[in-house]
Amino acid sequence: MTTTTNTPASTSGRPYHGVGDRVRLWWDAQARPTQWLIGVPFIVFIAFLPVLRIPVLTTVGTDFGSVMAQFGMIALVAIGLNVVVGQAGLLDLGYVGFYAIGAYTVALLTSPDSPWNLTDQWLSQDWAWLFCVPIAIAITAISGLILGSPTLRLRGDYLAIVTLGFGEIVRLLADNLTTITGGGQGLKRVAYPRLGESTEHPDGVFSAGNSAPPWNSGLWWFWVSIVLIVIVLLVVGNLERSRVGRAWVAIREDEDAAEIMGVPTFKFKLWAFVIGAGIGGLSGALYAGQVQFVVPTNFNVVNSMFFLCAVVLGGQGNKLGVILGAFVIVYLPNFFLGRTDLFGISIDGNTIASYKYLFFGLALIILMIFRPQGLLPARQKLLAYSRQLYQAARRAVLAGEGRTTPVPADGTVDGRGPAATKDGGER
Amino acid sequence: MSTLLLSDVLVSAHAALPAHPLLLADGVIDFNTSRLFSSFWSLTVDGLTYGAIYALIAVGYTLVYGVLRLINFAHSEIFMLGMFGQYAVLWGLGFTPQGDVYTQGTVLTVLYLLIAMIGGMAVSGGAAVGLERVAYRPLRKRGAPSLTFLITAIGASFVLQEFVHFVLPKLTGGNFGGTTAQQPIRLVQEVTVFSFGGADVSNVDIVIVIAALALAFLVDRFVNATKFGRGIRAVAQDPVTATLMGVSRERVIMQTFLLGGVLAGAAAMLYSLKIPNGIIYSGGFILGIKAFAAAVLGGIGNLRGALLGGLLLGVMELYGQALFGTEWRDVVAFVILVLVLLFRPTGILGESLGRARA
Repeated sequence: MTTTTNTPASTSGRPYHGVGDRVRLWWDAQARPTQWLIGVPFIVFIAFLPVLRIPVLTTVGTDFGSVMAQFGMIALVAIGLNVVVGQAGLLDLGYVGFYAIGAYTVALLTSPDSPWNLTDQWLSQDWAWLFCVPIAIAITAISGLILGSPTLRLRGDYLAIVTLGFGEIVRLLADNLTTITGGGQGLKRVAYPRLGESTEHPDGVFSAGNSAPPWNSGLWWFWVSIVLIVIVLLVVGNLERSRVGRAWVAIREDEDAAEIMGVPTFKFKLWAFVIGAGIGGLSGALYAGQVQFVVPTNFNVVNSMFFLCAVVLGGQGNKLGVILGAFVIVYLPNFFLGRTDLFGISIDGNTIASYKYLFFGLALIILMIFRPQGLLPARQKLLAYSRQLYQAARRAVLAGEGRTTPVPADGTVDGRGPAATKDGGER
Repeated sequence: MSTLLLSDVLVSAHAALPAHPLLLADGVIDFNTSRLFSSFWSLTVDGLTYGAIYALIAVGYTLVYGVLRLINFAHSEIFMLGMFGQYAVLWGLGFTPQGDVYTQGTVLTVLYLLIAMIGGMAVSGGAAVGLERVAYRPLRKRGAPSLTFLITAIGASFVLQEFVHFVLPKLTGGNFGGTTAQQPIRLVQEVTVFSFGGADVSNVDIVIVIAALALAFLVDRFVNATKFGRGIRAVAQDPVTATLMGVSRERVIMQTFLLGGVLAGAAAMLYSLKIPNGIIYSGGFILGIKAFAAAVLGGIGNLRGALLGGLLLGVMELYGQALFGTEWRDVVAFVILVLVLLFRPTGILGESLGRARA
């Protein structure tokens, strides 16, 4: 049997076209326990970055802890948006609407300014935030269902505009329903977890009042977001490798073909939309707890574009890619903010930081022309078979190019990929 | 803090209930029909004026969509550039922003306005063609999926806005662009020409509606009765066959962008006449979405639909504003957009540019 790889990627000898191809190849070949063994210390290292204060890396103009907390939040948003845009291929320009609904759910239920405040009735202030997070996720997911069930029947570009309108409507509702949401004044004193109350931190470590670096509220919220990101990644990762994930890929690649092959496209598109919305609500709840103050201006439609930028920049469809994208869009402007010299070269950091939308816009245009797949492109995996099989294929590639087993070098599903692997008989 | 008696809960919950504005009818959202009926005609006049401007911008969306099946998201920024373009031309003609209105003869005023309009058209048209060259053409060459085009358009929208926001003031010594709106240059004093049914019709309203209708008529003739227009319709209907018949697709696409941009420039001048304080880097965004809504309402890809949709949207938006209050105006427009897309995505007059009656 001859090698049946017919993808350009494998013939060129470079399985992916992303940043750090070799690292990724090596990583994918590792067994799951090894991955955890390396991954966990790495995550812990990232978690302690704001404490370590590495000279050039640490931001100058704003507190590094809160920058990282913001990164964690946007990363969560990006993972959620990635489910919708990257995996199912639905362009959602109103994602900020779900983010706003999540934030406002928490704020409406726990802020003393809101008519629906529960914390002065039966809900303990200490745990109100944690109590409201699942509610926020549920309400946002339901709103995703309500928005999605009529609109997902529309063509792709119409969907983008409807969701854009939805995002604007949510913001305008928050702005105009003054008696409920406080209008432009917003809702203040949103609940947050009261942990670690001491004489030093009378309101606990999560309070916005705890601002002295490095052990400030930003750091604590960053840790919360890391935990949430890991949980969400596990959930989304498992979905991706399930029937649902395969259906999403099929829809993204060719909706009509998927429908003909028996994939109930509408159902799975709705699933993607609802799951994405739920994750958006989660990050909104995280946001409300972190800043403890929500105003409509923070949910401008421009933010939707910003989120989209994270997904596109990082690589649509790649979970780690979009986290990298979120890091780039949050960290880079803050890196320049307040910086006057970089490696001895004097720069006007504030001006560079204020141009961020200009640079991100340019980045989008240039990326779309030269590298539409983003920094860390999504890979086409052997989705039809298990993770173990996929890794076996990887190991075969690493072990040497000259072997006889006709494993597709990049694990790409080509015409007879799975069958070829099985016949290879190495496992 | 966390220990509460059940009775406490019930009492406090009960006591708090009447204060909760749970229902919209309790006055959370105004609903005032008398305001609509008492000022019906003046709302209609204002609505038609705004609608005429929406219609001109909508033509740009419709043409590009008809030919390329692409929502040119950056079209709102093309319009915004047109506002700056006509402003710069007036500046160049020696007008400076001042509190009161310049007074000169009617003929001279019309002449200056025409020059300003041509300036706006040139800037918008040039920008639209430039955008097509720089951003969209490379994508077409690669046969990129439509999502890619849309993301590019969003990026271009960012770039153009931020260009006017930050870069333009640096290039022009702070005279144009920047964070705040331009100081208005007023050439026309808005005066009531005639009244009917309690509605005051001003000279500006008349100029805008007539100019928009005239331009719409010209575009309609251009697309439906000239050789260039036949090319546009041919490509919209079937690009491959049109190419085989000797129509240059690339040239048609360029013409389409140019035409849309030119009309956006004209709309920009008319809009600045109505809202002299509206010349700001972010001023195109909402207007662009509304114009898109108008295009969809009338049937995207359909020229006459764009005109009809624009006028309808402008009027409905103002009726909604009268019913619910000023702050709900944008919401009305977005809700109309969403409803139209849900229930009749092909719009009132149907979609096709290619099948537009010649």
